[in-house]
Amino acid sequence: MDIHFLYFEDCPSHDVALARLREVMAEEGIAAEIRITKVETEEEAENRGFVGSPTILVNGKDIVPPPPDTPAMLTCRVYHWADGRFSPLPSPDMIRNALAQKTTE
Amino acid sequence: MALAIGDNAIPFDLPGVDGKNHTFVDYSDKEAVAVVFTCNHCPYVLAWEDRLIAVQNDYADKGVQLIGIGANDAVKYPADDMDSSKKHAAEKGINFPYLRDETQEIATSYGAERTPEIFLFDKTGKLRYHGAVDDNYENPDAVSVTYFRDALDALLANSDISTTQTAPVGCTIKWK
Repeated sequence: MDIHFLYFEDCPSHDVALARLREVMAEEGIAAEIRITKVETEEEAENRGFVGSPTILVNGKDIVPPPPDTPAMLTCRVYHWADGRFSPLPSPDMIRNALAQKTTE
Repeated sequence: MALAIGDNAIPFDLPGVDGKNHTFVDYSDKEAVAVVFTCNHCPYVLAWEDRLIAVQNDYADKGVQLIGIGANDAVKYPADDMDSSKKHAAEKGINFPYLRDETQEIATSYGAERTPEIFLFDKTGKLRYHGAVDDNYENPDAVSVTYFRDALDALLANSDISTTQTAPVGCTIKWK
């Protein structure tokens, strides 16, 4: 499984997001390495299709696919949790569900 | 450099989403005025926004006035332009003036860096608290320290504010 964590330094919670990803992977018994990429320029964001920090890709697919017209840019990303909350981080369940889906594909 | 505790508020005259201009002096009869640098797209703002609205509701009768100021570069971030701010304020039911600092002069003069970032002034216009809303953007039920409310309570009781500064946590202001 290819797990890729992309972040923008100015968004302050990327370390919390990475720790959350690692925690969920440990809970699910997934031992894959995490590729970590710091996105530093608008050009790089555009080239990578990076729509905000943090973004987690599993086998190249976003764990929470953004709407197709979402612009690529250096910004902090909004995650809308199932309970209605907005957060700068994906919930543990969002990560867990995405990993579970990829392991069964 | 951001304003320091004890510094005077810097006056402003900015257009609001209500179609009127608002100045700091308009609120000189208030016991406390909180200038909150904010925006429409930042997840930290969205996470904390209901709590700011609740503060305005809970403290309005005590003479507290919140004023939101959006200063992000709307060319690079069109979600933060005036029209989007009007829409956002209506959808969220923002219950305090929401102003647009198009030139970024006010955000620069306050030394604001992030959204949301609170500058709380007393009735004499002196800065008494600067920083975050509380210590948990993600879960309002897991907040252990309500910095902003604690500062307001102390200020209104003429007591010392125990924590006068915290690190603002949020998106960086998008400069031109």
